[in-house]
Amino acid sequence: MEETLRRTPLFELHKSRGARIVPFAGYEMPVQFEGIKAEHQAVRDKAGLFDVSHMGEIWLEGEDALAYAHWLVTNDVRGLNDGQVLYTPMCRATGMIVDDLLVYRYGTSKVLLVVNAANHDKDLKHVQENVRGKVTVTDRSYETGQLALQGPLAEDILSRVSGGKFAGLPFFRFAEGDVAGRRCLVSRTGYTGEDGYEIYCPNADVVPVASALLEVGEPMGLKPIGLGARDTLRLEAKLCLYGNDIDETTTPLEALLGWTVSFDTGDFNGRDALLRQKEQGVTRKLTGFTMEDKAIARHGYAIVAENAPASAQPIAHVASGSPSPTLGQNIGLAYLPTNVSKVGSAFGVVVRDKVMRAKVVKTPFYKRPR
Amino acid sequence: MKIPENLRYTKEHEWAKVEGNRAVVGITAFAVDQLGDITLVELPAVGAQIKAGDTIGTVESVKAVSDLYSPLTGKVLEVNAGIDEAPEKVNENPYEDGWMLKIELGRPDEVGSLLDAAAYKAHLANLEE
Repeated sequence: MEETLRRTPLFELHKSRGARIVPFAGYEMPVQFEGIKAEHQAVRDKAGLFDVSHMGEIWLEGEDALAYAHWLVTNDVRGLNDGQVLYTPMCRATGMIVDDLLVYRYGTSKVLLVVNAANHDKDLKHVQENVRGKVTVTDRSYETGQLALQGPLAEDILSRVSGGKFAGLPFFRFAEGDVAGRRCLVSRTGYTGEDGYEIYCPNADVVPVASALLEVGEPMGLKPIGLGARDTLRLEAKLCLYGNDIDETTTPLEALLGWTVSFDTGDFNGRDALLRQKEQGVTRKLTGFTMEDKAIARHGYAIVAENAPASAQPIAHVASGSPSPTLGQNIGLAYLPTNVSKVGSAFGVVVRDKVMRAKVVKTPFYKRPR
Repeated sequence: MKIPENLRYTKEHEWAKVEGNRAVVGITAFAVDQLGDITLVELPAVGAQIKAGDTIGTVESVKAVSDLYSPLTGKVLEVNAGIDEAPEKVNENPYEDGWMLKIELGRPDEVGSLLDAAAYKAHLANLEE
């Protein structure tokens, strides 16, 4: 049965700008406009505008909203101030990752969860089925649009259409206010490794807000960006992609997201399992590597021990892999056994039946100059 | 989209420029447009004997991996070292600087079974429907 794909409010605008549209997480989304490399570079050097309206917005309201959010995810929601945003995995009782998400703390009785589009249905079910205390769960995913404005010029561009209201917003804080005359929720967050914002508004306001940003930003170098460059940007910054780097067979500790697991601030779903894994130590770690031979590692390719033949039993598989436009190298991530996960360790990636040499490097691959 | 009149084409979007018993081979502007930014091209060794329809290499862009098929049978005389250094040449000019290999034809009669520019254009029109 063919599923009908959803469209975001910006679909027609994308088409008019020559976007190549692909199915992604149940939506028809732009994968590229001008070209992945040019778009990638625009975000690193100037600014890029992303349509991320496919992301899910799930609201928790009621007197136990905050307490429930704290139990649902591994990071410390209770330790936030109102107006702060938190990146966190959400785990099963087994410690395996249901999704990674952003938590927006409005107050003790109001919390927003922003989840991956591909996981929207199972996340909503998970959040509804585990409710503890007095909490109302409201899914506003299909009525909410989202834009990401990313890059060194993001602050300047947003300021020009919002009277400078969000210029002083610190990293991982949010505020509500007008952008191009439309009421928006704006957070200083992103998925590119650059400074920037994520902007939420009702569907009806997405086109006017996006158009205003483009009108002001394009003369400064702002470009519309597709999912292709979104992926290369996030990989260089070593930001996990659910489905590639993390899923229901991996834990936050293996994914080196230990900093998002707050063992000492009360109970949360998956705590026992994760504490056990922490005590025993992980046997594999999500590790960054670059290709030494001329080859591109891609998701799913087998990894073999150094000097082993292509037919050897794989010791891991590539989680994410891609050319890195910024580094000019071919980079990747994989869950390597801890004995080969140290910087400088060598191994092979099987590319079309040939073993290509790779070595472990420090991550993130790219860190923005400050 | 550019489809030079003097070339022959395959349905898999390779072109061949036949001159006497030799041919220059590359991929078409349509293939390049579909792939996006090309970052790596793997070509056969000089001297290799190749057959029409064989997979003789790989063209990779940031997001995609695509096989390269030989349009004709013959022996590889030369491969384009320039695109090894600068694969973006294939994007910039797939019919000139972005050529991939030169072959000595083993079966010149095969040329007649390749598409001419008009037939290739019609093939593309079909794909886009």
